[in-house]
Amino acid sequence: MDLRNLTIDAARSAVAEGRTSATALAESYFSKIESDDPAIGAYLMLSKERALAKAAEVDSLVRKGEKLPPLAGVPLGIKDVLVTKGVRTTAGSKILGNYIPPYDSTAVARLETAGAVVLGKLNCDEFAMGSSNENSAFKPVHNPRDLTRVPGGSSGGSAAAVAAHMAVATLGSDTGGSIRQPASFCGVVGLKPTYGRVSRYGLIAFASSLDNIGPFAKTAKDAAIMLHTIAGRDPMDSTSAELPVPDYVAELEKSIQGMRVGVAKEYFGEGLEAETRAAIDSAIQKLASLGCEIVEVSLPHTKYAIPAYYLVATAEASSNLARFDGVRYGYRAQGVTSLSDMYRRSRDQGFGAEVKRRIMLGTYALSAGYYDAYYLKAQRVRTLLTSDFVEAFKKVDVIVGPTSPTPAFKLGEKVDDPLAMYLADIYTVTANLAGIPGISIPVGNSKANLPIGMQIFGKHFDEASILRLAHAYEKTR
Amino acid sequence: MKVTAKDVAYVADLANLELTEQERERMVRDLNSILGHVDSLSELDTSDVPPMAQVSDRFGLDDSRQGSDRFAYASRDDAPEGLRKSLPHEVALANAPDADGTFFKVPKVIEK
Repeated sequence: MDLRNLTIDAARSAVAEGRTSATALAESYFSKIESDDPAIGAYLMLSKERALAKAAEVDSLVRKGEKLPPLAGVPLGIKDVLVTKGVRTTAGSKILGNYIPPYDSTAVARLETAGAVVLGKLNCDEFAMGSSNENSAFKPVHNPRDLTRVPGGSSGGSAAAVAAHMAVATLGSDTGGSIRQPASFCGVVGLKPTYGRVSRYGLIAFASSLDNIGPFAKTAKDAAIMLHTIAGRDPMDSTSAELPVPDYVAELEKSIQGMRVGVAKEYFGEGLEAETRAAIDSAIQKLASLGCEIVEVSLPHTKYAIPAYYLVATAEASSNLARFDGVRYGYRAQGVTSLSDMYRRSRDQGFGAEVKRRIMLGTYALSAGYYDAYYLKAQRVRTLLTSDFVEAFKKVDVIVGPTSPTPAFKLGEKVDDPLAMYLADIYTVTANLAGIPGISIPVGNSKANLPIGMQIFGKHFDEASILRLAHAYEKTR
Repeated sequence: MKVTAKDVAYVADLANLELTEQERERMVRDLNSILGHVDSLSELDTSDVPPMAQVSDRFGLDDSRQGSDRFAYASRDDAPEGLRKSLPHEVALANAPDADGTFFKVPKVIEK
């Protein structure tokens, strides 16, 4: 089987029609990972036993001629911030270097109930903090399109695995752009759903009001299938929305004639690299030729998104990461003289530099005397940023723009300048602050053959429209 | 300079991080760089703007109710086993760096 052409439908039908077994399919992905992943570094852990057990289960259903679930036999990878029962889960950190979760995250459980075969756990920036996958405590990930460059982050492994055909689709997480930006850098589709669309139960928390789980895939249709499988109310996550899940796949084929597509002028200012601008402009023209109405909109508070994000996210992170103290699980420092010493040393030794930087920033922003000026202020700015979108969505159905100001940068290029790294998130953090969905789709390549992604934002719980537009655009490529 | 070495030491205490000397120096630099950028928020007049702690503050509310009951799906009935059985004891202890089969073991809390 040529793994390069496998979408979810192709993989599932190959298994359902007996052209391959789920076991053989899983084995061919494991072979591909063995030969290609040493240069890329996408996988932290393979779950061969679990994968082959599920594949055998699917093969048995096929033999008996029984009805197959929607993802039967489809090989997937899971970002290592999602817990998998019995399979080591690290969040890309040494502080969880040997952690074996006693439960499954809901998103993974739903995929497996649908018949999916989990190949392994994917590399990421530590605790999902980063935009390049250089903050993984274990190894960086290399962009399959140019091994000297970053795949993006924090879900670098998830993006790279799809781009390098080492999984049909994967799950990632997106707190400030961590699905969309790597999708853009690696030339694949990456979807951040509306906050509350997908249960966060089992997602190792970074920032609880900003975190989202979402799929990477080769096509908008595959992203739609993945979303449909994982979305929906979960009593284990009280922030998961009690709203019905649309049939995203059926919604894809509806007409986009007259869809009002907003273009925000603030997303096309200086800082947007020339080739990226050209690719996005060209894609917007294509949407116009497909019958969309292009409308200029304004998101006036855009330039305040990064500071607001880096206060809210780090404050929430400082609270969420307080649980890592060496007591009940994870890394514990040796040779300590007291309990307090144990906490302090376990955390300093177990966490990487970027994580500590964010914990410090968040703690500072929440501390007495600074809370009002920093955290509370950022929360008020969050209201303004969200209002920008609510106002714009009165005039348009979706908003498009670049996913990232530049294509993938070189490994090591931004590691010494955390602020420069943060500023690259300018187009993605707004969606997390407002809670709206966003998808990145490949729309072209730079002269150096680096992928360029376009982002499509939608109204809350309107993933159907952004998927539909993505699908329509894809059909013209 | 806004953030001093003393501030870094204080915040590191709050965050329970035993930073090395090198880390503390680097942190003074990095925090100042980031906070310098963050200061741009003070350009905005937000005196009349309510803070937004979470996305559901803007939608998904049941406005016929009061207070946190407005988050219509945030609470459920109290049930004896809750939503599912708790973890068995030995499973809960399985990842412990040090345990005695009953308790998690840690260094002495009270020094005398």
